[in-house]
Amino acid sequence: MIFLKLILTNLRRHRIRSFISVAGIAFSVAAMLTVVTILQGAVGMFSGILSSDSEIIVFERNVSDLFFSNVPDEAAGEIASWPMVLHADPVLFGIVSSAGHPIITCFGVTAEDARIRKAVWIAGNRNVFAQHSDDLVLGERAAEFMSAKIGDSIPIGHGVFHVIGILQTANGFEDGGVFMPIHSAQEFFHKEATTSVITVRLRNKEDAAAFKRMVGEKFVSLIALEDAEFTRSYSQFKILKATAWAVGGCGLLLGGLGVANTMIMSVFTRIREIAILRVNGFSNLQIGAMIFGESAVVSVCGALAGLSIGTCFLFALKLIPALHGYVDTTIHPLIMLVVIVLALLTGVAGALYPAIYAMRVRAVEALRFE
Amino acid sequence: MNTSINSEVQAKVVLSAEDLWKSYDEGTIEVLKGVSLEARAGETVALCGPSGCGKSTLLHLFGGLDDPDKGQVEVNGIPVGRQRNILRLLRHEVGFVFQLHNLIADLTLEENCMIPAVAAGTDRRMAQERLHQLTDRTGLSNRLHHRIQKLSGGERQRTALCRALMNSPKILLADEPTGSLDEKNSAMVFAFLMELVAVEGVTLLMATHDRSLAERCDRLVEMHDGRVYGSQDVR
Repeated sequence: MIFLKLILTNLRRHRIRSFISVAGIAFSVAAMLTVVTILQGAVGMFSGILSSDSEIIVFERNVSDLFFSNVPDEAAGEIASWPMVLHADPVLFGIVSSAGHPIITCFGVTAEDARIRKAVWIAGNRNVFAQHSDDLVLGERAAEFMSAKIGDSIPIGHGVFHVIGILQTANGFEDGGVFMPIHSAQEFFHKEATTSVITVRLRNKEDAAAFKRMVGEKFVSLIALEDAEFTRSYSQFKILKATAWAVGGCGLLLGGLGVANTMIMSVFTRIREIAILRVNGFSNLQIGAMIFGESAVVSVCGALAGLSIGTCFLFALKLIPALHGYVDTTIHPLIMLVVIVLALLTGVAGALYPAIYAMRVRAVEALRFE
Repeated sequence: MNTSINSEVQAKVVLSAEDLWKSYDEGTIEVLKGVSLEARAGETVALCGPSGCGKSTLLHLFGGLDDPDKGQVEVNGIPVGRQRNILRLLRHEVGFVFQLHNLIADLTLEENCMIPAVAAGTDRRMAQERLHQLTDRTGLSNRLHHRIQKLSGGERQRTALCRALMNSPKILLADEPTGSLDEKNSAMVFAFLMELVAVEGVTLLMATHDRSLAERCDRLVEMHDGRVYGSQDVR
């Protein structure tokens, strides 16, 4: 109890300094939580697009990005004919632009595609999709920011398309994207007779291994991965995740420097007090534990405050109409745990030098000269 | 003062310094120049001498806070040095009282006194009992929950005395314990010090300028320029 009191007393003595340190950790944690959650959400949404009513993705082997993947139409046809396959949907990804909107995700899909079949059509009729090459279906948010309604003709890139439907999906990328008949998309993107991926649903999930093997044997240039495997191994996802953690890590590093500064000042301004504790029998371990204890209190308070700030910030982001569907604000418990552990480690690292310094204080010198 | 302590215990040497040399600043300032001194169990010894004559340094060496350049220090018959468990020495064998009380201002009297017990891992209940015993004897029991800033100079020094004796050490090293107090408080604190020393059977080694206080100890040791110039029984 007295030990804890010693820890808290010192933090209370310099309230503003302690508050600044807590705030440093809090904002670092909030930044890390926000960045990681948003990017994890983005990765989740992109995975969601691929795994929509499917469990396996077939794409070109060794491509760095699915936008560069070329899967021949024949492969899609053949795979669809395999007995173990329930359905195989070719999808072509592209980026298009319209006036004032330089980047819009475009999905080239067939009329039977799950995205078309299962989405909520808030305008138009799904049965007429792909009857004409200039048919265009807009995600709800895309329709909103393009101010387009059913029956409009809108310029997309070098072509003009006719809006035949507006659909609503829970996925931000799909909701903010446009859907073209796959053949129109192939022509538009100059990728005749190829698609980006084939999303496959098997009759029996246990056939996944056999399916993957067959794809490898029949199509040397293609690879089939289960959704979870793809999410784990896709280099773009890895880069995104690494970037998120790196950005968050930089934030925490700054927070850690704040803690280090506080703890250094804390130790330097009470050398005599540390000497008194030594004379009264405090060991190096106890002195060190006291310093680490102080930084741990700062880190825990900072982490808790940061989690609250981050959660509020993510919630606020979710309320912004322009970001609707793009930001998945669900905080994964594992992310929360990792962020807290990192904050604690940062605090401990920040207190390392001050603790070592405090442990080396020679009571006799501190008492004599201070 | 210590006639109640049996002669067998009195005979035992608990503090011993033999040909102690100590210098600072790479030998440019010689503080102790071959000091030899002994104190027996239950004895009260006053170290007298001008400032800078090495009294405090000698106390620090006995407490294991510093190492001599040459010579040997023994506490309870065991040499004080790197081989010795200094923590055990500070926690259980010796207590320190300084001229400035050296209390932690933001803590209460009780919390300050509990520091040695926390350091030694003493059972809280036992530590509380000990604290009440000491504060009752020093007239501080109504001040337990007062912060140090709220205490008078005399009370602070009595608190320091209680803290030094919390773990019931049998040796008390006091460095000008009344040096920062006025005459009245000085007399009061010294009276408490001598009473506790007698009741607890503690060996006292006290550095002081005040000859009137020194003469109330069992023995007075004169120091000058890092050397012991004489030792006389005064009682």
